[in-house]
Amino acid sequence: MHRFVLAVLRRDLTLAARRRGDWLIAQFFFVMVASLFPLGVGPEPQMLTRIGPGVLWVAATLASLLSLSRLFADDHRDGSLEHMLLSPEPTVLLVLGKTFAHWLIYGIPLLVITPVLGLQFHLPAEAILILEVSLLLGTPILSLLGGVGAALTLGLRGGGVLLTLLILPLYIPALIFGAGAVDGVMAGTGAEAHLSLLGSFLVLSLIIAPWIAAAALRVSVE
Amino acid sequence: MASEALLTVHDLACSRGERLLFKGMNFALARGELLLVQGANGQGKTSLLRLLTGLSRPDHGEVRWRGVPIASQRSAYHAEMRYLGHANGVKEELNPVENLRFAEGLQGRAFDAARATATLERLGLFRCLDLPCRVLSFGQRRRVALAALLMSKAVLWILDEPLTGLDVHAVTLLEGLIREHLAAGGLAVVTTHQPLNLQGVAVQHLQVGKAALPECT
Repeated sequence: MHRFVLAVLRRDLTLAARRRGDWLIAQFFFVMVASLFPLGVGPEPQMLTRIGPGVLWVAATLASLLSLSRLFADDHRDGSLEHMLLSPEPTVLLVLGKTFAHWLIYGIPLLVITPVLGLQFHLPAEAILILEVSLLLGTPILSLLGGVGAALTLGLRGGGVLLTLLILPLYIPALIFGAGAVDGVMAGTGAEAHLSLLGSFLVLSLIIAPWIAAAALRVSVE
Repeated sequence: MASEALLTVHDLACSRGERLLFKGMNFALARGELLLVQGANGQGKTSLLRLLTGLSRPDHGEVRWRGVPIASQRSAYHAEMRYLGHANGVKEELNPVENLRFAEGLQGRAFDAARATATLERLGLFRCLDLPCRVLSFGQRRRVALAALLMSKAVLWILDEPLTGLDVHAVTLLEGLIREHLAAGGLAVVTTHQPLNLQGVAVQHLQVGKAALPECT
């Protein structure tokens, strides 16, 4: 069982290493979106600090959507998805493996870039720390829920746009609690409440989302 | 060699959208037997094969493996079955050996590198072992997919148009592999439009959609 998950993980990471452009695009997109805001709203530090957490969180959700549309699509096109579904192992493990690989490829680089962008928004050090924690808890949620959307829209024409419309509303709780945690620490009310809620939302998505995505995959391939 | 049927199909019906492809289909396949599915384009050969793999569900009837419906023993059935469809399932970024490694891993098995190399060489891929499959021809990628099939040690092979893209030598090779597989007690379900030389093999013929030509709507 663990061999199967490891095989999926290794496979997706190897493929990502061979196709660097694919995931670098999502990271560049994240940086671009976050950098456009200071240019648009002006350079006043108070204003930037005020909008910074929200902007970075919105940019993170958009960047995740950009990379998610290909989560299953490439494997579907060349037939390897069928082979994976015909494995004796449960489809849920396949989804978990692929989602985790997606998070490693998209979420971890995002966490590395975020502090630099935080400085651009004049965020104090403790706010950047909480922003990192909130993204650490929140980006797996984006990958898990996005996996459901990617499975549902598999093989549809214009699936990418549909995926966005379908999944963005589901991202709202993560966005509210994630950005709220940083706002909380800057307002002096603490971030624990928001982070706890974000954590419980992560656990909930981890328990439910892979099953829905697995069922959706089976329907999409049929 | 056991002679009882391993793969049995009972009163199977399949439709695509509004159109009924076939109904009331029954057959039984025992060890060492090959089922050759024939029929014109669009008559439901691929749909039948996908029903047999369990990728899609029949409208009516059921497919049984060792007497048990495949829907209730998915894992056990898939451990013994290997499907090769129109798409090869070969990753273009990976070389043939890596493709086999992941194919084996996805089946939950340990990887035997020496055996993989031997299998690929047997299929005539001597000089391509460290090239990404992107630069291989269609026929060579098909050979990689066939190597994965051989590696799997599956009892039941379900092959959808396995000859597509293969040259004369590869066709002869595949015929030999199928014979070998059946002689070792395996089963095979094959669709093809090309003649397949299967002398000395117990072949069952199944005509899909042989009834009056369907009107195109």
